[in-house]
Amino acid sequence: MSHRKPRIMIVDDERSVRESLREWFLEDGFEVVTAEDGLDALKKLDSDPFDLLVVDLKMPRMDGISLQRRLRETHPDLTIIILTAFASVETAVEALKLGAFDYVTKPVDPDELSHTVRRALERKQLTDENARLRDKVTQLATAAPIVGSSRGMERVMELVGTVAETDASVVIRGESGTGKELIARAIHGASPRRFFPIVAVNCGAIPETLLESELFGHEKGAFTGAHYRRKGKLELANGGTLFLDEIGEIPAKMQVDLLRVLESHRFNRLGGAQEIESDFRLVCATNRDLEALVKEGRFREDLYYRIHVFSIEIPPLRERREDIPLLVEHFVEKLSRSMGKPSKQLSEESEELLQAYDWPGNVRELENAIERAMVIGTTDSIRPQDLPLQVEQEGGTPRDRSLESLESEHIARVLREESGNVSQAARVLGIDRGTLYNKIKKYGIRSG
Amino acid sequence: MKPEILLAHLGSFRPTWSEELRRRVAAATDHFVRAEPLGIDLAPFYAPERQQYHATLLLAELLRHLPASGGRIVGITAEDLFIPVLTFVFGQAQLGGPAAVVSVMRLHTEFYGLPTDERLLVDRAVKEVVHELGHGFGLVHCPDRSCVMSSSTYVEDVDLKSERFCTECSSLLVAGSATTPHT
Ligand SMILES: [Zn+2]
Ligand SMILES: [Zn+2]
Repeated sequence: MSHRKPRIMIVDDERSVRESLREWFLEDGFEVVTAEDGLDALKKLDSDPFDLLVVDLKMPRMDGISLQRRLRETHPDLTIIILTAFASVETAVEALKLGAFDYVTKPVDPDELSHTVRRALERKQLTDENARLRDKVTQLATAAPIVGSSRGMERVMELVGTVAETDASVVIRGESGTGKELIARAIHGASPRRFFPIVAVNCGAIPETLLESELFGHEKGAFTGAHYRRKGKLELANGGTLFLDEIGEIPAKMQVDLLRVLESHRFNRLGGAQEIESDFRLVCATNRDLEALVKEGRFREDLYYRIHVFSIEIPPLRERREDIPLLVEHFVEKLSRSMGKPSKQLSEESEELLQAYDWPGNVRELENAIERAMVIGTTDSIRPQDLPLQVEQEGGTPRDRSLESLESEHIARVLREESGNVSQAARVLGIDRGTLYNKIKKYGIRSG
Repeated sequence: MKPEILLAHLGSFRPTWSEELRRRVAAATDHFVRAEPLGIDLAPFYAPERQQYHATLLLAELLRHLPASGGRIVGITAEDLFIPVLTFVFGQAQLGGPAAVVSVMRLHTEFYGLPTDERLLVDRAVKEVVHELGHGFGLVHCPDRSCVMSSSTYVEDVDLKSERFCTECSSLLVAGSATTPHT
């Protein structure tokens, strides 16, 4: 649950029941609204969303069962707990058939009530999350299609279709910015696991010390700062797909642990004794040469074979230049929609420029270039001066050939490729962040 | 100066450890606490069919005995308490309100068929009184199991927590986002 207080409505005709339950739930940190019968409840439900309804069965005007029948049509996602006197347990069972989460008989043991409420909220959270994820899948499918009609991309999409039907591990290879995560999501979205989550972890972006608990989760008190039990990504991916980006970066010890999980699909949370089972499909991505890492002894051979059942190679943009116009059109449309600006045409000169450029940052760099042009361009066409490309013009050599000038240009280019992410750029440049910040300041480079 | 807290001993409840309770509640809440008997008749709050006392009605009565100058009252009793939907409660308060009531009946080890342990009983009573006062200060249940504001539905839960507010709850008290009494 988020930090928002859970909202509960108590529907009971007896004032003392309403009041004492109200107090009890307030003390437990809920936001509480009370209603004296079904009609009153319906009225109050119209204005605000609720996480949970606690409903008495026997009420005048509209009783619990009739209320539930109405709600099944108007608010099918509501979680309902039924309050019943011992004598009417049969009716309570009818309520369960109508979709109530559970029932408790009055007077209820405080422990039973808090337990029932906790379970109800947990299930609600799960359902909400699944709904969110379903939305996200649909959203991704419509907002981020994989664009390209080149032979290279056709081959990629064929492979996506083939591997999506299987449950085998896949490694997606490609330079930085080629859209490896997009392909991973496309595989997940076309697979039978698509209604379960796809959970992504960037192994290169998380410090080694945190990666372990990120993946495996931890119990309360497993280490300093572990105040709560936390589920790891392996566990959250249950039923769906686990996407490990930058798999080439995972440290040696984690390689062993990961291999063990892949073999048994069982593991323990850090500091936990209980074994947890998780059924997920593994998709990895890397821009490194995994075979070379294996030869150098930096990547375990057994793990390599385990994750490398299928391999999909995304060609760099410079090897599929024919896709550039399509991609530009796609980005222009997408950006004009999100910015609320009119669409733009690519001028002929600009198109030549884009075709001539080397695209070291691949599709991501192209998208950034188009975004910039959409932001700063003042006409209805994209002109060369709107594009932030350092294309080597007229003889191919920049005029100022000092080392500093080259360094400044190189830093600016890497920053662009890494979408202005300074930490990421510093890693690529092989210097620390502080040094990079100093250089950005020194050369007056505008990041982003 | 903070307004005082009246620890009102209800009915015939006069434990030998009354002074220790008073001292430890004062230390945990950082308030001046006065302990004294309150001669109210409990009979009207008795529900014969349940053989228990109605905590909410009792609470309403306690509101009529608040100490002067905006203080708080915590009734403490040996009788078993209930609220209509629950089988029992260890105590009850109004969130952000000036009155609370606590029963020690289910805090006795004997209630669970175990040998007498007065130390444990006093520990539990301190925690429950401080817990209900916490609700009076506006605090809700705390996920920190060692915090006095963690919720207890079993007596074992009471034994797990301490009689202190955790750092987070303490800071809420200091910041005053936990509210002052209103009725
Ligand atoms: Zn409480
Ligand atoms: Zn706390």
